[in-house]
Amino acid sequence: MNVPVPDPSADDAILNVDGISVWLAGREVLHDVRFRIMPGEFTGLIGSNGAGKTTLFRVILGLQTSSTGSVLVGGRPLTHRNPIIGYVPQKVFFDPDMPLRARDVVGLGLDGHRLGIPLDWGRRRQAVDAMLDAVDARRFADARVGNLSGGEQQRVLIAHALISRPRLLLLDEPLANLDIGAEGEVVALLARIARGQRIAVFISAHDVNPLLPVMDRLVYVAAGKTASGTTAEVIRAEVLSALYGQHVDVLRVHGRILVVAGAEGPPGVTFEETDGVAAGPGVVSL
Amino acid sequence: MNQVLRALFAPGFFASDPVHAALVVGAVVALVTGAVGVFTVIRGQAFAGHALGEVGSAGGSAAFLGGANPLWGFMGVAIVAAGLIELLGLHRPRARDVATGLVLGAGLGLAALFLYLDATSSSTTGVAVTILFGSLFAVSQQMLPSIVALSAVSLVVLAVCYRMLLLSSLSSDLAAARGVPVRALGIAYLVIMAVAVSLAAETIGAILATALVVGPPATALRLTKRPGGALVVAGLIGVAAVWLGIVLAYDSYYWPPAGHGWPVSFFVVALVFLFYLAAGAVTGMTQARRSRRSERAPRRTASGCAEHPGDAA
Repeated sequence: MNVPVPDPSADDAILNVDGISVWLAGREVLHDVRFRIMPGEFTGLIGSNGAGKTTLFRVILGLQTSSTGSVLVGGRPLTHRNPIIGYVPQKVFFDPDMPLRARDVVGLGLDGHRLGIPLDWGRRRQAVDAMLDAVDARRFADARVGNLSGGEQQRVLIAHALISRPRLLLLDEPLANLDIGAEGEVVALLARIARGQRIAVFISAHDVNPLLPVMDRLVYVAAGKTASGTTAEVIRAEVLSALYGQHVDVLRVHGRILVVAGAEGPPGVTFEETDGVAAGPGVVSL
Repeated sequence: MNQVLRALFAPGFFASDPVHAALVVGAVVALVTGAVGVFTVIRGQAFAGHALGEVGSAGGSAAFLGGANPLWGFMGVAIVAAGLIELLGLHRPRARDVATGLVLGAGLGLAALFLYLDATSSSTTGVAVTILFGSLFAVSQQMLPSIVALSAVSLVVLAVCYRMLLLSSLSSDLAAARGVPVRALGIAYLVIMAVAVSLAAETIGAILATALVVGPPATALRLTKRPGGALVVAGLIGVAAVWLGIVLAYDSYYWPPAGHGWPVSFFVVALVFLFYLAAGAVTGMTQARRSRRSERAPRRTASGCAEHPGDAA
């Protein structure tokens, strides 16, 4: 096989998204999206529901084609099924009837895409146990996943994604439906993984606040457009107003960030306000 | 002990050739439908499974008209129907249900025609009962090798696709991201299911086939939490239901109305249902015991909201 030798002087980003635009059902869902993620970096993908976060993930995973632009993963063009990428999809519904223990789900991360039945039981079990320890999930390893709490299920899914040793971990809204305690635990776990194993973590969320303590950079999506950089660079009234196409304010309260539609928009831009809650971008962070 | 055995097995049970054939065919078919059916249940395709069985009755009755064994008719039509469901159904679950319903209706219309022609050509209505409700004692000995071969092929295909099926049952997004050909896998599974349902139709009838495809797996899912274990337990529960059904049907020859045995299919389906209820009672009891044990240390729930049963009053 003729594999091009990577040029050491070339860009060593683990993910390079360059000018991606995606049209779905005659609507431009993503417009000229460009950003980079370096190895071991913790990056947030922030935006409200329907902003295009999942679509962007699907492009990176090779499940959705883009009409323009290119994506390089580990310096190489996209392929279907990229072993460098681990993925935790949004809303995996574990039916309590599903005959799968936590350890079965993690094991499927190792070889769920293969034909036949697993034969090397010993090695497989060792790898699964080590992974369960790494995400602190050993104590419910033999419980049915359907009976675990939301936070425990997230740990199992993260272990499932990590066991194939990816260099980039994509997580689609892993904090949705978690209580505050479980949310903090999952974020701390992901930060530990990013630092300790130099795996780039790219996590989507509608609320920026739980990620603030650990995030190196963020990509902010609104109306299909993105802005990327550090929190201080991106979460500013000018940047977000340009993104939303209307005036928004950024409020900082006790180290937390609130993005709200401003009370006075620039002339020509109209938006509705009901009961103090603005339409348009709305309150992105609470 | 001897008294018990004599009470359970009516005279001549172990000497009867049709009984031997029924025991072998029933066991083989129950093992396959149990294993295949576990995925029918966890993939939420029970309705599709039921439809494939009933649609198969069009093929079974047509095969009878042409002088072939109904099994080939069941299977030919069920596989075509599986393809149609996949073609019409697209990917959305609701569209899939509608497509299944449409194919089911069309198939049953054909079955009505062929069963009518069967009845007029052979001037008997017995064939309709056999096609729709099965007749395990009447399964032809010559079909035994074909039934065993088809069962073996289904189990091999299931084993080959086993991990991919588990992963895609968990989340089709996850499976697709790992490079599993989700669509092709779905079609392959529908075809295996069509074969399993046809085998069940040959033994307990086209209409009752779902009982064997869905019942033992649903029971097994209540009893075991391992995926491999569920396949084996489902198969064994199916074998138990079929064998016990055969014994009871043979005994029923001496029950009223005297001189006419009750249909095997009735006993098999009734036992499948009873096993399911019994498994529910067993898991209910163990869960109650477990929750009593952990009452002092209540489990933290995902939402962080404790439930107060008293508030509901």
